[in-house]
Amino acid sequence: MAQAIFDEMGAPGGEIRQAYKTLQAWLGETPPEILTLRREEAETFFRRIGITFAVYGEGGDPERIIPFDIIPRILEAAEWRQISDGLIQRVRALNAFIADVYGAQEILKAGIVPRDQVILNDTYRYQMQGVSVPHNVFTHIAGIDMVRVGPEEFYVLEDNCRTPSGVSYMLENREITMRLFPDLFSRYNVAPVDHYCDELMRTLTSVAPRNCPGEPTVVVLTPGIYNSAYYEHSFLADQMGVELVEGPDLYVMDDIVYMRTTQGPKRVDVIYRRVDDDFLDPLSFRPDSALGVAGLMSAYRAGNVNLTNAVGAGIADDKAIYTYVPDMVKFYLGETPILKNVPTWRCSEKADAQYVLERLPELVVKEVHGSGGYGMLVGPKATKEEIEAFGARVKAAPEKYIAQPTLALSTCPTFVDEGVAPRHVDLRPFILSGKDIKVVPGGLTRVAMREGSLVVNSSQGGGTKDTWVLKD
Amino acid sequence: MMLARTADSLYWIARYMERAENLARTLRVTDRLSLMPSIADADGSEWHSTVVVSGSESGFYEKHEEATPENVISYLAFDPENPSSIRSCIETARRNARAVRTALTTEQWECLNSAWLELPGWNEARVRGSGLHRFLDWVKDCSLLFTGGTVATMLRRDSYYFTRLGTFIERNDNTARILDVKYHVLLPEHAEVGGGIDYYQWASILRAVSGYRSYNAVYREGLKPWLIAEFLIMREEMPRSLISCSAEIKECLDKLGEEYGQRHECHRIAGQLYSRLRFGKVEDVFRQGLHEFLCDHIEQNDRLGMEISRSYLLG
Repeated sequence: MAQAIFDEMGAPGGEIRQAYKTLQAWLGETPPEILTLRREEAETFFRRIGITFAVYGEGGDPERIIPFDIIPRILEAAEWRQISDGLIQRVRALNAFIADVYGAQEILKAGIVPRDQVILNDTYRYQMQGVSVPHNVFTHIAGIDMVRVGPEEFYVLEDNCRTPSGVSYMLENREITMRLFPDLFSRYNVAPVDHYCDELMRTLTSVAPRNCPGEPTVVVLTPGIYNSAYYEHSFLADQMGVELVEGPDLYVMDDIVYMRTTQGPKRVDVIYRRVDDDFLDPLSFRPDSALGVAGLMSAYRAGNVNLTNAVGAGIADDKAIYTYVPDMVKFYLGETPILKNVPTWRCSEKADAQYVLERLPELVVKEVHGSGGYGMLVGPKATKEEIEAFGARVKAAPEKYIAQPTLALSTCPTFVDEGVAPRHVDLRPFILSGKDIKVVPGGLTRVAMREGSLVVNSSQGGGTKDTWVLKD
Repeated sequence: MMLARTADSLYWIARYMERAENLARTLRVTDRLSLMPSIADADGSEWHSTVVVSGSESGFYEKHEEATPENVISYLAFDPENPSSIRSCIETARRNARAVRTALTTEQWECLNSAWLELPGWNEARVRGSGLHRFLDWVKDCSLLFTGGTVATMLRRDSYYFTRLGTFIERNDNTARILDVKYHVLLPEHAEVGGGIDYYQWASILRAVSGYRSYNAVYREGLKPWLIAEFLIMREEMPRSLISCSAEIKECLDKLGEEYGQRHECHRIAGQLYSRLRFGKVEDVFRQGLHEFLCDHIEQNDRLGMEISRSYLLG
């Protein structure tokens, strides 16, 4: 699918797009030395605050800084409106889907999603069958990964319905941009993002469990300081003014969850957990987990505590299920999907698998359960040997793979060693669902810092950018 | 009210930073003493005493045969296998800080994080010769900045009192140990035979607790061993004396008792420890035996630490 790469500022030598005119002028009047200096200041800021993400077991610095690109990405109000409406629609459908597969299973009965794809899926938690949750919301905090290929063309690449991370970067990036470039910032009318944590807190309190005795006590549950997103966990707890707890800080007695405090036990009502399902409760899931709380599931089912995101929400972001999301929008909401999916071949289907194997050099092939950019093949960038090796893996277990065309991801001006140059980006906005559903105008823009690279994952050397949504 | 684990971490962050500072002070004094040939000849055990003060005698001699300056500096300042080396103290404090950073003020966090970021720049090679003093000054500065940042920026509620308890429990222990290692040069009968060497020994005790100039400001009659003992045990105006530490501990616990509306066994021990010093006399201490008194004080302080842990922290 060879298509021209869309640059969000405008092709070199061509017309500069409206939103970027002021930025372009500012870049013209700002010498590169100043940009270099500002980039160093940004790095110092990140180190000092300790905004790091942990990479263990690879040698080198265990606490790394995600490269921060100092040039913001800019989205027009009208562009954002379309994205935002589409996101809200999509997340409503995803929540309806999760509620359905653990409840009446209408969509399976209607034959729209194959039953086996759901029931036999590793992410399907039979323990959640028949469990009712407040407002029927399962994915309270969703991160939807999007890419852009043209002025009007946005695609959803992936839904993250379990414990999406990155929102702290959205907030810290804004903070640092305002600090480094107050003059540029003031020339634009940028919609604020800093109320995100208030909205998050409101969302969490709005889903207090049915047996909550009063004003709900909210906590953030982290696997601990060695988790790659630990900074974010502590950041969110801090901003919301709630306790950041680890598994051993909590215990369950008579189906009620308590935290151990300096004044004895205190009841906990809502747990924003950043611990995966598998580790949540050794009595229900992995018995060797030291990160979880024994008896938590029982308290959850009894309606004495609520977990966000809900256990089992991962069924909705499985890469095999992804292909059915547009159908979910039609089935549950009776609406036409605003956001498009990337065309996807499911290798579980014979014809698709054959098509994919014949065209490996053109396609992106992903493991259905992989994440973080591991276990994937980017056909056009791979060597012959890599393609052959990957092809053998697909042949051995086709049901584990899906394939998509290599999209010509849009580029944004990025400050790299060569100067300001276009680099590929994606976008992860965050959608909050409780009693109401909200999207803060912005998101995390990830950028592939290497020329031509399409891999934006931070674990693979990708960086981030501040994302500005303009007000009308 | 706060998470018991958070309170526990705050308490230990403060203890480890105080421990690093006290180690730095002790090493500095030892280094100074060892420069004096008369002392080095008369008694080559200055570096050995330093190991004893630090409470890591057994660990040290498992690894090293002899207490040479190089061995002692390596073990007490940099050895990652020594959980109480300066390096381990700073690393542990920062690891704890990361786990409870929401409970710390920005100033406290940045102080601990900067110390940790700068730490790899210091090593055995760099502290040879005059580098040692620069390193020890740096350690002291980090700790003072943390303590100062705590007092200047933390809200006066439970989290503050747990942090302060860590500082004073540790300091109480350290001052007592410094005294105990040198108790023999402080005994009155020893003064009769004391000469120039003892004078340096006495001065070194005071310097180890930043008390040399303060002593002179309080007594104005030259160094007398029993006055030094009195100064470091019973004078409330001396901020590192046993009575000052015990008074601060008692006050922190009183505040916690008020805030939580409940008192525990640790309150009783703290009260007892303080009043013994407040209403005791230094002559009685000598009559009881300085060494015995100090041992008992260290033991009571330990017990107090355990009771605090049992009532509020992680048990």
